[in-house]
Amino acid sequence: MSSDFLYGIEVIINGLMAGVLYALVALGFVLIFKASGIFNYAQGVMALFAALTLVGIMEGDVPFSYLINAIFGTEIYNFGWTVPVLLAIALTLVVMVIFAWAVQQFVFRHLVGQEPIILFMATIGLAYFLEGVGDLMWGSDIKTLALGLPQGGSRWVEDMTVGLGGDDFYGFFIDKLDMVATVVAIVLVAGLILFAQYTKQGRAMRAVADDHQAALSVGISLNFIWVLVWSLAGLVALVAGVMWGAKSGVQFSLSLIALKALPVLMLGGFTSIPGAIVGGLIIGVGEKLFEFLIGPMVGGATENWFAYVLALLFLVFRPQGLFGEKIIERV
Amino acid sequence: MLYREAGDFKTSYEADSQTFPIAFDRYRIWVVLAFAYLVVPFVINDYWANAILVPFLIYAIAAIGLNILTGYCGQVSLGTGGFMAVGAYASYKLMTAFPDVSIVIHIILAGGITAVVGAVFGLPSLRIKGFYLAVATLAAQFFLVWLFNKVAWFYNYSASGQINAPERTVLGIAVTGPNTEAWAQYLISLVFVTACAIIARNLTRGSLGRTWMSIRDMDIAAEIIGVNPLKAKLTAFAVSSFFIGISGALFFTVYLGAVEVGEAFGIQKSFLVLFMIIIGGLGSIFGSFAGAAFLVFLPVVLKVIGVDLLGWPTDLVAHFQLVIVGALIMFFLIKEPHGLAQIWRLIKEKLRLWPFPY
Repeated sequence: MSSDFLYGIEVIINGLMAGVLYALVALGFVLIFKASGIFNYAQGVMALFAALTLVGIMEGDVPFSYLINAIFGTEIYNFGWTVPVLLAIALTLVVMVIFAWAVQQFVFRHLVGQEPIILFMATIGLAYFLEGVGDLMWGSDIKTLALGLPQGGSRWVEDMTVGLGGDDFYGFFIDKLDMVATVVAIVLVAGLILFAQYTKQGRAMRAVADDHQAALSVGISLNFIWVLVWSLAGLVALVAGVMWGAKSGVQFSLSLIALKALPVLMLGGFTSIPGAIVGGLIIGVGEKLFEFLIGPMVGGATENWFAYVLALLFLVFRPQGLFGEKIIERV
Repeated sequence: MLYREAGDFKTSYEADSQTFPIAFDRYRIWVVLAFAYLVVPFVINDYWANAILVPFLIYAIAAIGLNILTGYCGQVSLGTGGFMAVGAYASYKLMTAFPDVSIVIHIILAGGITAVVGAVFGLPSLRIKGFYLAVATLAAQFFLVWLFNKVAWFYNYSASGQINAPERTVLGIAVTGPNTEAWAQYLISLVFVTACAIIARNLTRGSLGRTWMSIRDMDIAAEIIGVNPLKAKLTAFAVSSFFIGISGALFFTVYLGAVEVGEAFGIQKSFLVLFMIIIGGLGSIFGSFAGAAFLVFLPVVLKVIGVDLLGWPTDLVAHFQLVIVGALIMFFLIKEPHGLAQIWRLIKEKLRLWPFPY
């Protein structure tokens, strides 16, 4: 096999891994959209906020310390302790549940029955709000997330594959972190599917997604379900935030991956969990391959826009996405 | 007492269908215009021009443009920044290629070029709707910014990748370049704003505006009663992009003078203009002004309070600004989805009955 071909395969594999991370963010979107019809633009910022909170708790930082110092003229930044990883994750989850409750209580309860586009714009406002709160709470400098996850390329994969090509081929380079992320994502998706299929709350969640009024009439509390899905979206955001954060540091650009999740959703359809995953993989592979094959001809950095243009072209032919429900409109 | 229809008898169709049916409104608009044209240019200084008035006027044009598309025609666009970049780069290429032609013509032509680009990116709107379309316009945003970054022809192969506005004059007075006086910057922006507002107001009052609104309210029903959705949507994209292009051209030539595309016309700009029309009021020309004024003033006010009065660090105030803007967006969508313009309408309603409400 020629080495160019093998490098192409390596690009595809890395694209699949990147696609898994896109799919993780997209999954949070789908959960909320199915249950409440809200297209949650703030999902990316939720990932950022969750990662910031996790780092802050682990390092024992005082929340809002900059604000407190500015108001009272004090000089406190740190409690002086460090929190073990698992406890910190649990505490972060508590914060995300409180956030989910607050969002439902103070914002979206008052917007029930509004047009979808109004809800969408409200979530853009929420994204700004949360970004500001995250910065106020934990400061805006880039943080490193030291969870002890493996880093760097995998030696083992390289050694195993080096024999496939000629002398100018050095084996596949695959990031260990990406492999961990893939495993975590698979576990997470399996867990979510099991939860949705086999628990009482999961069934209630699917009932709400199917029909709000019918769900209400059999005694399901819409409010509870919405808090539940926002919490689940918070959990997914935490996982996505940890994976991206471990890869490139916890910083503002993390919230921009939310934008990348949008074309993923458009490809897969807004209402389909398998769609989010397949869409994520297609976008991941597509943009890496495009950058590898066409990128050098047009000056590179095509990853910025390829996903959107692909989704745009795709939608012209199939407006509801790959797995979305058929859109039927009546007057 | 003063603000009422009673006693103001219309004797012709023109008088009956004029823009401002109430006499007080007509006098008020003349007073505002006279103040803006005859008083402000003589008292303006550099700080007021650069920090508040010029950005306000330029953003107002962009907000009018986006309001036509989103507020009147119901097509949400997140590509405003990209279209502003088209206006800026078009005006730059025209200015450097034809230095003898007046800059006013360049800016209008830049608007026209943006209109064509906007109509092309509006084509998918015939197939896709709602937030699918919103995301599709993101393709325009990212693709255009990337294009202006990568293709050296657009910035005349300059080493820094920036574009710089050469000095140009209108009636012998410099309006671009480093030697521009504050009042000249202000006046040229004001002239464009006035023209754009008058055009937009009359377009939205006419048959074109009614077809846009019918598409917004229920597109399928509109199609059944004979509105051509192709024509309505594409004209909305073209007209909207025309205004946004003019605003981008002014933003580059008159306001900034030097532009790096990713920084000046990034996705944040698209959101900023979208927020302006949400806070100001969707489907209202006055709302575009109100929203632009609000979001230009807010950071300045917060900075004065936070940094100058309370002595807080600048980045803390910047974070607070995010929190406040986000909270305001949600507040407005919950309490007053029609924005500041609706509050203004309610005030006018009250004024008509004052001092004897029933």
